[in-house]
Amino acid sequence: MSNLFNSMIAWIDKRFPLTSNWKAHLSEYYAPKNFNFWYFFGSLALLVLVNQLLTGIFLTMNYKPDASQAFASVEYIMRDVDYGWLIRYMHSTGASMFFVVVYLHMFRGMMYGSYRKPRELLWLIGMVIFFVLMSLAFTGYILPWGQMSYWGAQVIVSMFGAIPSIGEILQQWLLGDFTLSDAALNRFFAYHVVTLPLVLLVLVFVHILALHETGSNNPDGIEIKENKNPATGIPVDGIPFHPYYTVKDIVGVVVFLIVFCGIIFFAPEMGGYFLEYNNFIPANTLQTPDHIAPVWYFTPYYSMLRAVTVNFLGVDAKLWGVILMAGSVVIFCFLPWLDRSPVKSIRYKGPYFKVALTLFVISFFVLGWLGTKSPTPLYTLLAQIFTVIYFAFFILMPWYSKIDKTKPEPKRLKE
Amino acid sequence: MKKITIALLILCLTPLSVSAGESGMPLDRAPVDITDNASLKRGAESFVNYCLTCHGASYMRYNRHRDIGFTNEEILNKLVFTGQKVGDLMQSAMRKKEGEEWFGVVPPDLSVIARARGADWLYTYLRAFYRDDATHTGWNNLVFDRVAMPHVLYQLQGEQKLIVKTSDKGEQKSLTLAKPGQLSATDYDKFVGDLVNYLVYLGEPHANARKKLGIEVMIFLLGMLVLSYALKKEYWKDIH
Repeated sequence: MSNLFNSMIAWIDKRFPLTSNWKAHLSEYYAPKNFNFWYFFGSLALLVLVNQLLTGIFLTMNYKPDASQAFASVEYIMRDVDYGWLIRYMHSTGASMFFVVVYLHMFRGMMYGSYRKPRELLWLIGMVIFFVLMSLAFTGYILPWGQMSYWGAQVIVSMFGAIPSIGEILQQWLLGDFTLSDAALNRFFAYHVVTLPLVLLVLVFVHILALHETGSNNPDGIEIKENKNPATGIPVDGIPFHPYYTVKDIVGVVVFLIVFCGIIFFAPEMGGYFLEYNNFIPANTLQTPDHIAPVWYFTPYYSMLRAVTVNFLGVDAKLWGVILMAGSVVIFCFLPWLDRSPVKSIRYKGPYFKVALTLFVISFFVLGWLGTKSPTPLYTLLAQIFTVIYFAFFILMPWYSKIDKTKPEPKRLKE
Repeated sequence: MKKITIALLILCLTPLSVSAGESGMPLDRAPVDITDNASLKRGAESFVNYCLTCHGASYMRYNRHRDIGFTNEEILNKLVFTGQKVGDLMQSAMRKKEGEEWFGVVPPDLSVIARARGADWLYTYLRAFYRDDATHTGWNNLVFDRVAMPHVLYQLQGEQKLIVKTSDKGEQKSLTLAKPGQLSATDYDKFVGDLVNYLVYLGEPHANARKKLGIEVMIFLLGMLVLSYALKKEYWKDIH
């Protein structure tokens, strides 16, 4: 039996690099042995991606991208399609969990300096994945054609209109109409189910290729490849990804699924955070809701969009808002060059970085919370303060990361 | 660091506080129990009698009501008044154009109204109509000012009157029964309670099946957790 198997593999290996790839990416890909809790979220993001692709295919079979039928077709899926409710909740919960997992994945990178040399390109590819993910979330949220789908999209589309001179034409080109209508719903559907998933898949593949070129970072932020066993050429502190991290990641997957299924089966609306209450009202182009709030994962940026209330330097407040909002995401791309610390990991960085990162996380949550509320003068002031803190984390980093009191990095991984 | 992260994770999981009606009136708690088939059946009958005339529930099929204990025969006799078939969607008897002419707006479809408005809002709303000669229907509502809908259930509840008390805390509005209806106050509350319970069921007819399947999935996953953790322990023995 095993002879037959071996000869089959040999047959394939002559025609396709199966064994060599299996070794290069799994059984002889050496990962640092000290991965902790924060290192689950990369593989979990992959799991959620697969979930979104599979459930998305089944939703597409019954969804109708037509402004007069979209809302009803979603309810048709919820009621008349066998287990349609389960597929739809897996997809809607998956969308939010994608962001939970990706935010934690990014935070891990920020804590342990995973963006530093030689992983700058890995980080940049990850950022492009994040932009594509945001586009996917935006185009997907329009599809149920509820009040929040419609008016949330209206807010985002009007941001393009704020760009000077070309704004209006760009907006019409995006929408295929003068207003948000059936034409836009159709093209956003095409982006959501074809264009963006294809781009995302390619980028994820490239992200993993880049990761396997440089090797994984670790909580100590030191390069395990610099300390290889001279006889075997294998990093002393490395262990093969398979089987060690595959079996470990399975535990992570099960824990994640417990949380994920807990939401799907017992709180699919997640208190209005994952499925907004107002989105159970069909889109009404004549009635603006009293209060427009995006889904939770966009609220920090939405707060920054609303935070600018005055025109200055001859630029309109709305345009400033758009610039800030775009800047708040793009600025992550510069992290590899903003960080001047001699060490990578938070374990050896000094108090300045720890305080800065804590303030950044707090401002991200406060801005996120503010984005779910109707603006009041107090809330707007808070949003302005925390927007400044958010940007200060990045802009002041070259300074505080350089003068910070760091601890010396160890030569070997600590247990 | 760890503690902060955990605290932040918990913070991001706290649900949005459910706000009061747009009028800021405090909402009464609706007696919702979608496993109570007797209440759902009473609610369903009231719904087709009082609501379906003007509102549709056009994402819902009549025969779905077998889930709450009706037979096909009972559905045809007790729920279908529009000559439709048992597998049809619950369309309103009124045409959209008529609704617009009579009320100024097309009465909204009620299939998922409980998911949009919340049970407590509906429960309070249906008990908060009062006489107001300034509106064109002659009715107004405490949680939905100048609502286009007249008080359809006034024969059951009777007529309420608005009382405004001005004190240092500002205006305080309350309602009092001016003309009693066919039902006592407690019976009317119970009637509306059943109706709202049904609306919650109508919003997500699979909610009971969802929770039941959820428990089975959780038991499976907990078993998987034990096994996968044991597997990981076994493999990692030689690392530490």
